[in-house]
Amino acid sequence: MALPRITSPHAHGPNRTQRVMLLVLAAAIPGALAQCWLYGAGTLINLFWASAVALGVEAAALKLRDRPVAFFLRDGSALVTAALLALALPPYAPWWLTLVAVGSAILFGKQLYGGLGQNPFNPAMIGYVVALVSFPVPMTQWPAAHAVGLLDGLQQILGIVTLPDGWARATALDVLKTNRSLTVEELWQNPAFGHFGGMGAEIVNLAFLAGGLFLLHKRLFGWQAPVGMLAGLFVMSLLFWNGSGSDSHGSPLFHLLSGATMLGAFFIVTDPASGATSPRGRLYFGLGVGVLTYVIRAWGGYPDGVAFAVLLMNMAAPTLDYYTRPRTYGHAKTQRGFKAGD
Amino acid sequence: MSMPKLWPMPGGIHPSERKALSNREPIAQPPLPARLIVPLGQHIGVPARPLVGVGAPVLKGQKIAEAADARGLPVHAPTSGTVVAIGPQSYPHASGPPAEAIVIDSDGLDRWVPLAPSGDYRSLSREALLALIRDAGIAGLGGAGFPTAAKLATGSRIATLVINGAECEPYITADDRLMRERARELVAGIEILAHLLGPERVLIGIEDNKPEAIGAVSEAVAGTPFMVVSVPTLYPSGGEKQLIQILTGLEVPSGGLPADIGVLCQNVGTCVAVHDAVLLGRPLISRITTLTGEALQRPMNVEALVGTPIKDLLAFAGLDERRLGRLLVGGPMMGFSLADAAAPVIKTSNCLLAATPEELPAPPPAMPCIRCGDCAEACPASLLPQQLLFYAQGEDHEQLQAHNLFDCIECGACAYVCPSSIPLVQHYRAAKAQLREQADRQARAEQARLRFEARQERLRQAEARKEAERQARAEKAERMRAAQAEAPADDPLARLQAKKAGVGDEVKKLKIEASMAQVALKKAEKQLAAHDTPELQAQVETLRRAAEQARQALDEAQAKQAAEPAATPTAAPDLKKIKIEAAMLRAQIGKLERLELPDNAERAELERLRTALGTAEAQLRALEEQAQPAPAAAPNDDLKRAKIALALKRAELKKAEKTGADDEELAPLRAALVEAEQALHRAEAASGRPAPEHVLIDKRPVSAEERARKTERAYARAELHKLERDPAASPEALVAARERLARAEQALAAQPLDS
Repeated sequence: MALPRITSPHAHGPNRTQRVMLLVLAAAIPGALAQCWLYGAGTLINLFWASAVALGVEAAALKLRDRPVAFFLRDGSALVTAALLALALPPYAPWWLTLVAVGSAILFGKQLYGGLGQNPFNPAMIGYVVALVSFPVPMTQWPAAHAVGLLDGLQQILGIVTLPDGWARATALDVLKTNRSLTVEELWQNPAFGHFGGMGAEIVNLAFLAGGLFLLHKRLFGWQAPVGMLAGLFVMSLLFWNGSGSDSHGSPLFHLLSGATMLGAFFIVTDPASGATSPRGRLYFGLGVGVLTYVIRAWGGYPDGVAFAVLLMNMAAPTLDYYTRPRTYGHAKTQRGFKAGD
Repeated sequence: MSMPKLWPMPGGIHPSERKALSNREPIAQPPLPARLIVPLGQHIGVPARPLVGVGAPVLKGQKIAEAADARGLPVHAPTSGTVVAIGPQSYPHASGPPAEAIVIDSDGLDRWVPLAPSGDYRSLSREALLALIRDAGIAGLGGAGFPTAAKLATGSRIATLVINGAECEPYITADDRLMRERARELVAGIEILAHLLGPERVLIGIEDNKPEAIGAVSEAVAGTPFMVVSVPTLYPSGGEKQLIQILTGLEVPSGGLPADIGVLCQNVGTCVAVHDAVLLGRPLISRITTLTGEALQRPMNVEALVGTPIKDLLAFAGLDERRLGRLLVGGPMMGFSLADAAAPVIKTSNCLLAATPEELPAPPPAMPCIRCGDCAEACPASLLPQQLLFYAQGEDHEQLQAHNLFDCIECGACAYVCPSSIPLVQHYRAAKAQLREQADRQARAEQARLRFEARQERLRQAEARKEAERQARAEKAERMRAAQAEAPADDPLARLQAKKAGVGDEVKKLKIEASMAQVALKKAEKQLAAHDTPELQAQVETLRRAAEQARQALDEAQAKQAAEPAATPTAAPDLKKIKIEAAMLRAQIGKLERLELPDNAERAELERLRTALGTAEAQLRALEEQAQPAPAAAPNDDLKRAKIALALKRAELKKAEKTGADDEELAPLRAALVEAEQALHRAEAASGRPAPEHVLIDKRPVSAEERARKTERAYARAELHKLERDPAASPEALVAARERLARAEQALAAQPLDS
């Protein structure tokens, strides 16, 4: 009998990287549908275009790096990056903007660091920030709800026509940020505002929340990072909520349901590769993202701060890991922090 | 029955249990194998030594190999028959090297040796009871195979005895069936252990996926203080450390033993084996083994004789070889794959798992780690498996230790949950092996360093001793010169010469010293280049200074010497000069004389040279007569004579001592010896030569008694040193050796000094 000599464990659980990625994609569907309902087919076109770019760039990079292309394309991680980025970009962003964002995400955010699992920064947020810093105008052109049709949208994306002024407008976070004279009560009359957050954005955020809860239920990640981020944002916005005057930064509820809050909490800060490792480290990581998001929203130069907050905390993640090691069985004390030579 | 509190265990997984495959049927008795392979090493420790030879008839239960050391275990014949071979045989081990075994051909009669059960074990002493358990060859049946008697002989006070019936590993049902069918024997075995250890409480932990076993054991413990605790099913709750944590909330200290926290853990199978050994007198020659896996037509549990070839048992359970994908000894989480089904069942083989390829598929290719952290959540030891993986791959040994690699119990939970199918446990095993190897190398390097430093110290001391001797000699020479200078010197030339010789000697000595210092410095520098230690650096610095000082001293002395010749009278150089001149003249004359046809000029030259030579020779003679020192042989002769006299006197005294002469006879001889010594001293003082013999002369004669005492002391010292170096030396022997040395030293100290 020539039997294989394999070391223990011989049994293996059902979880696979591919399954993880597919579940994340599935969980993003409610949010994508909500965006489509709100803004029209732009999101859908973005999704397809971004996926195609991601797969193409990933394949090219893998080939350059002399790695098995088909094997790594199948893991689905490029599709997840593409989907998250497509959902974060404005629905009718021109095609080249998506190309730049997704290309940067895959190439600079991931492959140049060594591919899957080796990236110190969240690739989607790298792509988003590259596009935001390089092309601030198209990156802030969010359409008004139900304003753009399929054909118009496609033409806008391809750059064939330019839509008449007024198709796009400032988001609620933007309006709040630039507002200097109106009270919050008056602001809520602005069409950019909906019931609790930005007009429609509250629906999108709730949809992402639903997808995130699904992932949490599937135990794809622990509760620590999302809860940390939401708690950080909530506490900060509560502490600095100075009522409804014209200098208001907005209510906690407004912050939780505006901008990219829920997308960030359940789809971005939960990225394992670029976040902290230990459960407690993830809690602190999420808290940091929440606090920084608020700081940037309230006092920074950009209306939304999730992407910058995530990248900043990515830098802090390895250090968090040093300080949040769990206590090993049989040890009275945990070894935490740095030693000489680390 | 009140349920004791359960404590949470971190991590853990729920792999598919697959226990129903084999736990339905009662424990079966497989047919007696025709040939049994009984390995000599079935426990942790040194393998046993055979007591039988090839061809020897053996009876079932007969001891066929004895324990090789204090912690070892004997081996017994599993059935009656004949020993047909003793030598390396295949052995159930992950890496599969053959191991020494006794091969027995069964005679089919299965005849027992007469058994000696101890019905009333309570009347036995603790030692006798432990010896009984050890003599029955009982090793932990849970899987590790630690000798049970050694574990029970712990010095610590045991507050809690934990009986492990958790059996958390998937597929395995051996303990399940054992608890169901032999609960009475189990409880009787636990009673023996409790009698031995006297614990405050006994907790029997059983996973709640075995309700029948819980029921059976609960029934059997009725009327005893033992408590059956149903433990939530969660792999690896049956790990010793984990079960202790779940049942008591205590953690076994890292690197320590459960006994350190007053806990002792025994497997249920071991308890039954203890029952069999003590109450029935039966040694451990069989065990319950689960035969399972989808490649078997009749999965079940069997009571297998130790030494039964695995392939016999698989055939008994209906192995379909075409469907066999992987053969494991143990379960799918911690078992090892076996290449050779000819290997026998041993005391620790709790399960044989014949899996189909669908059942346990080949591992998928490993993907890069995405740092999902599932492994850290699954780890029952609260380690960070992915950090460990990175450090293992990077061979960062310091970080591996900082992240407590050695607290990994290799349960496989991390690798089970890993979405990237990384063989984490395999990485940890390799890293552990590397770390052990490195620690071993470090220990050896440390030993070499200590040896090197000791040698340096020895050399330094020897050098210091030599230096002291040199100094003493120099001082003596100085004193002598001073004495000579004081002596009336009627010949100024001789005095001057003596003085010059003194300066020359000093220069020579300084030269030697300077060059020696230089050599020592060079050597130390070379060593420094090889091993850069602060001690060596300091040493080199000291040597460099010493060399400089020596050179300075030499330079000064040379300058002094250079200034000296000016004061010397011309007589001595003249003598030399004239000698050289004469020699040159002779050579020239010889050259001219050898000419065959000298012309006139040459003849005239020759004549002139001969005259010059004559003059030079006359001068030379005159000078030589003048410089001739007075002969000084007399004192030297006196010295020699005194020495001989002393030696004769000493020999006489020794001879008298040897022949047993009494003190009255010896006294005059001793007096004569003292006199001879004094004469020698006088002669030496008169001779003006340094006398190293003084040291020898001062040595007092050694009596036979004293010599005996000194010999005794040396032997005692040697014995103590030997024992101190021997790690296996017993403390009693050490104490005895120390006492012997102390006695010898006292005897020497008590000896009167004049003996």
